[in-house]
Order: sequence, then C-alpha cells, then structure tokens
Amino acid sequence: MTSVREWIYSGRHAVSERWHHAPRWMRWAVIAAVIVFFYALPNREFYQWLGPIPTTGSNFGQVLFTISIYVLLAVGLNIVVGFAGLLDLGYFGFFAVGAYTVAVLTSPSSDLKTLWPWLLALPVALVLTMISGVMLGTPTLRLRGDYLAIVTLGFAEMIRVAATSSEFLKGQRGFNQIPHPPGSYADGKPIFGVLDPRPYYWLVLTLIILVVIGVRNLNRSRVGRAWISIREDEDAAQLMGVPTFKFKLWAFASGAFIGGLAGALFAGKQNFVSSQNLELLNSIIILAAVILGGSGNIVGAIVGGGLVAYMIERFRGIELLGIQLYEYRFMFFGLVLVVMMIFRPQGLIPNRRRAAEFKDRRKEVIVGG
Amino acid sequence: MGETVQKPTVPEQAGPPAAESTAATREPLLEVDHVTLRFGGVVALNDVDFTLYKGEILGLIGPNGAGKTTCFNAMTGIYQPSEGEIRFRGERITGKKKHQITKLGMARTFQNIRLFPEMTALENIQVGADAHHKTSVLSALFRLPRHHREERDGREKAERLLDFVGIPGRMHDLARNLSYGEQRRLEIARALATDPVLLCLDEPAAGFNPAEKEELLQLIRKIRDQGVTVLLIEHDMRLVMGVTDRIVVLEFGKKIADGLPAEVREDHRVIAAYLGVPDDDVA
Repeated sequence: MTSVREWIYSGRHAVSERWHHAPRWMRWAVIAAVIVFFYALPNREFYQWLGPIPTTGSNFGQVLFTISIYVLLAVGLNIVVGFAGLLDLGYFGFFAVGAYTVAVLTSPSSDLKTLWPWLLALPVALVLTMISGVMLGTPTLRLRGDYLAIVTLGFAEMIRVAATSSEFLKGQRGFNQIPHPPGSYADGKPIFGVLDPRPYYWLVLTLIILVVIGVRNLNRSRVGRAWISIREDEDAAQLMGVPTFKFKLWAFASGAFIGGLAGALFAGKQNFVSSQNLELLNSIIILAAVILGGSGNIVGAIVGGGLVAYMIERFRGIELLGIQLYEYRFMFFGLVLVVMMIFRPQGLIPNRRRAAEFKDRRKEVIVGG
Repeated sequence: MGETVQKPTVPEQAGPPAAESTAATREPLLEVDHVTLRFGGVVALNDVDFTLYKGEILGLIGPNGAGKTTCFNAMTGIYQPSEGEIRFRGERITGKKKHQITKLGMARTFQNIRLFPEMTALENIQVGADAHHKTSVLSALFRLPRHHREERDGREKAERLLDFVGIPGRMHDLARNLSYGEQRRLEIARALATDPVLLCLDEPAAGFNPAEKEELLQLIRKIRDQGVTVLLIEHDMRLVMGVTDRIVVLEFGKKIADGLPAEVREDHRVIAAYLGVPDDDVA
C-alpha cells in the first residue's frame, strides 16, 4: 500500500514541480486553454468527442450548471475551512439565505409582492448573506473546533426549519416564477431562458473566475496570512498582533458572500425555491468536496467541487444488473471518500504547505524503516 | 548580602555601577504593580512587584513552577491578574486584548516554540510585520497601492530580520522544516518584526549547547543595542549572569530578590531556592 501511495504521490509531485518551474507564459497558456475548454464544454459539437465524459441520463448543460454551483460553493467554503481552519458544517445555510432573499424579493408568490427584477435583488441578497455571516460569527467565533462545528450545524438546521415551517417562507410549496437574469440576444430572445441551461453555466463560470481571482488576491496578502496563522496557532497569531476575531469574521463573511452568490444564481436559474432544496446533506457534500480536493488550496477546492458534483450526477440513468446506480450514488460517494482518506488524506491537490508536510512524513517513514 | 537585596529597589541599584548619573533619567517601561494571579485556590503569582527600565536586559529567574511563564502570560494579556495591574509605557494594559498589547510594543517568544509550522520562514515574519500594517480586506482584494507598499515593506523587513538572527538562507523553507536552533531564532525574528520596545524571551536557550548559547548571548546583546529592552526568562545561570543588567527572582509565585546579578548570586534566599536549605536553617 505504501508503494501505491508512493507512486501516486511521486506522479503528482512531478507535475507540480514542472508546473512551478514552467515559464510564466506557459502557465498562462495552460490556464487560458483550461478556461476555453470549460467555456466550450456544454456545446454538443464539442462534447460529443469526449467519449464517456458527458452524462447520459440528463442534459449535460444542466449537469454542468449544477457542477459549477458546487464549485462556487467549494471555493467559498475553502476560505472558511481551508484557510482560516474554522470547521463550518452549516455552510449551505448561506446558500439558502441568498436563494431565499432573491425569492422573497422577486417572486409573485411572496407576501412582499415587490416583484423586483433578479439583478436588483442580487446585491441585496449578497449583502444580507454577508450580514448573516457576521451575525452567526459574532457570537460563535469565540468557540473553537468541534464547538464551532456544532453551532454552524445548528445554524443550517435553523434556516431549514424556518424555511419549512414559516408561513412567510412558504415551506415546501416554495416560491415560483422567480425571474431570470436580464439580457437578450439581437433577435429579442432572452439569453437566460427556460430551455437552454448553457448561458447560466457560462454566467456562473465567469463569476467563478472573478471570485477565484479575488480569493487568490486575498490569500496572497496580509489577510490570507492572518487566516492561515489563525489556522496554525490562534493564540500565537494573536500575540503576534493579528486581530484574530476580526479576521475570522472576515473569513465567515467572505465565505458567506460566495455562498449567497451561489444561492442567488441558483434561484435565478431554477425559477423555484422551496425548503426541499435545503438538505443537510448539501453542507456535507460541499465540505467533503473541499477536503477531497485539498483543503486550503483554491485549485483543489475547484477540482473537489467539480468532481463530487459530477460523480453524483454521472450515475443518473445508468443501469447495472437491473439496479439503478443513481439510487446508490451516495454509497459510491462514501466509498470514494474512504479510499481517498486512506491513500491521499491531504486531498487531490493539497496546498503547497500541506504537500510538504506529507512529504516529510513519508521521509520519516522511510528513514524509520 | 541579603539585606542589600531586600531593600526596596531604587533606580540606582538597577543600573550598572557607572550609570548612577543616568539614574534619574531612567524611564520605567514596564511596571508590574503588586500583581496577584489565582487559578481557583492556587496562587500562581503572589503580590509580584517589579519595574523594568528602558534599555536594560532584565532576567526573570526562579526554580521550575515559580511563576515565570505565568508572569509573562499576565503581561502579554493571556491571563488577567486577579489583583494589581500592569502598566506598559505608562499605560494600563490589564484588560487589553493580546494583539493590542503587541501593537503597543511588547513582543514575546514561547518556551515551547510556537511558530506557524506550515508557513515559510518569510511568511512567519511577515505575520509579525503585519501587526502595524493597515491593508484592509478591500485593498487586498483589489490590490490597491497600500497593499503593494506594505507587502514590499514586510518582505524587506523579513529579509533584514532573517539576516539579523543569522538564518538568511532559510527564507522559503517551512518553519517546521527548520532545525530546532533555527526555529528559536525564527521565533525571535518574528517577534522583532512587530517592532517591539520590549522583547520578552521565554527560555530562548532551552536545549542549546554551550556554543549555541554563546551565539544567543551575542544576539540578545545585539537586540539590546538596537534599542530594544529585553526581559529574559532563563534557567541557565551562567547565561543569565553573563547578559543581564538586573535580575528578579521568583519562587512559588513570590518575588524573593531583585538586584544586580552579583548581588542576586550571593543572596541566601536565592541560593536556598535553587539548592534547598539544610533543615536547621528553616524557620
């Protein structure tokens, strides 16, 4: 088993070495190619050449949209869990706040009857999710580790129960006719319609790129260093002059912002939001995605979010020996997690620091016999 | 000899013998004013009272469990004194947050090294340098000029400090991969990056061999020569005697001596605390 691990590790290590020593233009070229690939991906003319990759049981464009939402969520949760080291089990609660804010402000079934356009509700949703992040964080960020995890879990449950049982939030009946994002083609047809999921995917993809640039900027600054120092040793960080509480709140607020953005986009695409969208499982899937991809690494979070969402969707419509595999999708998902934690506990693409740590441990094992 | 030490400390006693004329100008930097600290029924610090003057190197010594680290923790805001107060640069710091005390100019190292293990040496020091930086989340997000300016400043400072403590080649190595001695040095560099007026070193020579101790001595003197006041907790008597201007001795949470190294060395209570007393001397 050690040798398998060795082999997997050395392979990845060689790739990352080559990547970090490649000239700048080459890295940009690779990044550009990857981005172009993902913009082209939902077009049938393109993905028909990709063999078994496109999903068979459902519209590939629709699946890509779902995946992109998960990627966005994973990038946001990675700030909280991966950088600042705050175990947040209720991250999906922020998605809910974003989606419901849009729903309440725009839907005709809402009691407010404001009927705002989607674009007007979006900034309100983002601000409200950030506020909800600060509101959750202010009393709870004095807690650490397991305690924080339990409180955040409670937060997501509160949101779900409120959505299920409050008359104002419509429970399972939900909000319908939520407007789509604005914009129309030259011939007057709306860009964001009901039939074609691709524009939504392209919109989310674009926003992911912007969000990633922002998160990367934060990570490579005083803010990112403060987050990581908090993760490493909170007391020492504070004694070195880091206002830890303030930066933990910022981690929560930034994560919440991204979660709310994902929620608002989802509501704009789906037309419909109800309490059935708010399962606890979603929080767990996103956390698993971050850890699977490599906690503390932005690329890792993207890959993790993408793979987890894709894996779950890929089983749809596949029948084996008379069994619908989709029914067992979470069993496979759990299996993959177990295997991952045995062979690559640091995640698929761990952060530079973590990678070094595991490398050292490996050396120690070798030296030790 | 004991009598000389038991006299209340007056500034003249504190300075080197030749410095009597400067005694009046000596400015108290840190005043630990009758501090008592209790944990439930345990009295960790009992009416501890001493003053640290600007520009000196003060040794804080005592047997294991005497309350030296507890005293550090009370000074740096980890514990709040049950009674008494601590003043730093004339300002009451009891009740202040840890990072605020650091900003006022007090920095420390730890008895058991507490670096950020998964950050590079450079990043560790940059965290310290960030104590005085004002880059907000927005200016970091949009890479505004302040971010660039402070980032450059932090980096230059880190390079300078790595050089100063003698590990210039380890900039991009993870803290956890440095040798024990290098980690101790990096911790000092990280503390210095916060631009302290007072540097508190908690057993910086623990686990060092004599040659390394000698180097550390040089480093501590160099730090003092930069105008930083040093408070040093140390077990090694030779090191303490060699580098400090004045020594405060704690035993069981109480101050038992306060004076020049030569005086403290001869003090029978200090000798008793370190070596124990013959039965007939008790009482």
